[in-house]
Amino acid sequence: MTLLKTLVLAGTALAFAAGAASAQDTDAGKDWSTVVIGTEGAYPPFNFLDASGQLQGFDVDVAKALCEQMKVTCTFVTQDWDGMIPALQNGNFDALIASMSITPEREEQIAFTDKYYQTPPAIAVPKDSDIAEPTAAALDGKVIGAQTATTHLQAAESLFPDAEVRPYPTAEEYKLDIDSGRVDAVVDDVVVLSEWLKSDAGACCKLLGTLPADSAIYGKGIGIGLRKGDEKLRTMFNEAIQAIRANGKYKEVQDKYFDFDVYGS
Amino acid sequence: MKNALDPPLAATPPDVLPRRRPGFAGVLALGAWLLAGLSLVAYLAAAWNPDLLARYAPIYLSGLWTTIQLVAISFVAGALISVPVALGRGSKGFVQRDLSTAYVVLFRGTPFIAQLFLIYYGFGQFRDFFETIGLWGFFREPWYCAIFALALNTAAYQAEILRGAVASVPKGQWEGAKSLGLSRLTTLRKVILPQAAIVALRPYTNEVILMVKASAIVAIITVYDLLGETRRAYSRTFDFQTYIWAAILYLLIVELLRHATNFAERRLTRHLRR
Repeated sequence: MTLLKTLVLAGTALAFAAGAASAQDTDAGKDWSTVVIGTEGAYPPFNFLDASGQLQGFDVDVAKALCEQMKVTCTFVTQDWDGMIPALQNGNFDALIASMSITPEREEQIAFTDKYYQTPPAIAVPKDSDIAEPTAAALDGKVIGAQTATTHLQAAESLFPDAEVRPYPTAEEYKLDIDSGRVDAVVDDVVVLSEWLKSDAGACCKLLGTLPADSAIYGKGIGIGLRKGDEKLRTMFNEAIQAIRANGKYKEVQDKYFDFDVYGS
Repeated sequence: MKNALDPPLAATPPDVLPRRRPGFAGVLALGAWLLAGLSLVAYLAAAWNPDLLARYAPIYLSGLWTTIQLVAISFVAGALISVPVALGRGSKGFVQRDLSTAYVVLFRGTPFIAQLFLIYYGFGQFRDFFETIGLWGFFREPWYCAIFALALNTAAYQAEILRGAVASVPKGQWEGAKSLGLSRLTTLRKVILPQAAIVALRPYTNEVILMVKASAIVAIITVYDLLGETRRAYSRTFDFQTYIWAAILYLLIVELLRHATNFAERRLTRHLRR
């Protein structure tokens, strides 16, 4: 092979790669009778694996209700939080139902349905903590734990600029570390924190208060992530969300987990 | 048995080998690499984003610095721990031998991620105990736990490198030195270690290279090194070039190490050149 041939080949491959990237993908002709749903499985009570390894949680039950409403067969796969968006883009699954906030940065990469719930972030501290209120001054010099690559981590960094914010791989690890006293406070969704504080594992700590949900960070609530161009599927999900909101199915699922309205206003 | 005084293979200048035209498979392989390299450069040129660079370059550099510190400190600490372990492995006393063998088997036989998790989160469950013995101040900090775990891990590998290298020096060298009236320590320092160093150099470089990459695991205990910062940058931008920049920085580190090793080898083997 000559150098020229190699270069021509390289050029062709590049052109091909560029073409594939910019092609307007559309799912108009696609038959969505089966949908693969990706979730994290480590974010109770929204999505988690129970003792027998089955996926449970609000996200999972909402997903099942939506699938039933759309009359499609759904299968579930779990995926680490960090790799969620690339996995969706690579086609490992078709819909991402994992309590993901609809943010401008994420919207550049993937499409979102309308929100299916919206709850504020909150901060929890050990019961004997000297932190009296969730303000920047009270958290000055303290160590805050949050899950890596989440909106809550960004919120913690922006609300408490003088604190040290440590990024944990999942919620499980920051819970271990507030228990052992390595972090002074943790920031996460109010529901996630409340559920944990109610359990034996959360006996160490108390809720200090909810935090303002800055829309620049939190966007428009929690939505279902889809590949850009899958407009037909997006319409199907949006209609199904409205339908289960209207027919009481959503409330049924919500009441199984929470005693308040998680949909938000 | 191969005599350690024979010049090692790498000391042979490559240009004495007869030059051959590359075969078809070689050209194909080379073409594929060339293609990959060109695509990468083209991709980076197309995705060139000064804002991204201005925003994340300092973060990358601080991550790089964290990686370098972590590897350098743990490697040296591991080297210190590896000396008694290597001595124990070669010892005739079976308490020393069994203890150091158990240490090596344990740390080489289990994944580093498990060791790190147990040392950090596991020890965290026994806070009262560590407070009583006054070590909580050490184990409470993720940074110290990361160094502690990485040093213990690399010590097991380094002990094996050290033991193998010392054992590769023929017994006659010890006997010859003894007949000249040299003390054991002088023999070790002036006769055995310089020869063992030639054998150990490449495995040590391998170990550092593996550590540079294994150190990325410390992100699970919230220490953000080069890869940790990359993941953070990616989670903000969802731009794949964040990973490409990290790959380039890792490649630079490894290339520097490779050249430093070649230089060190030339120095260590200068008496073997004719």
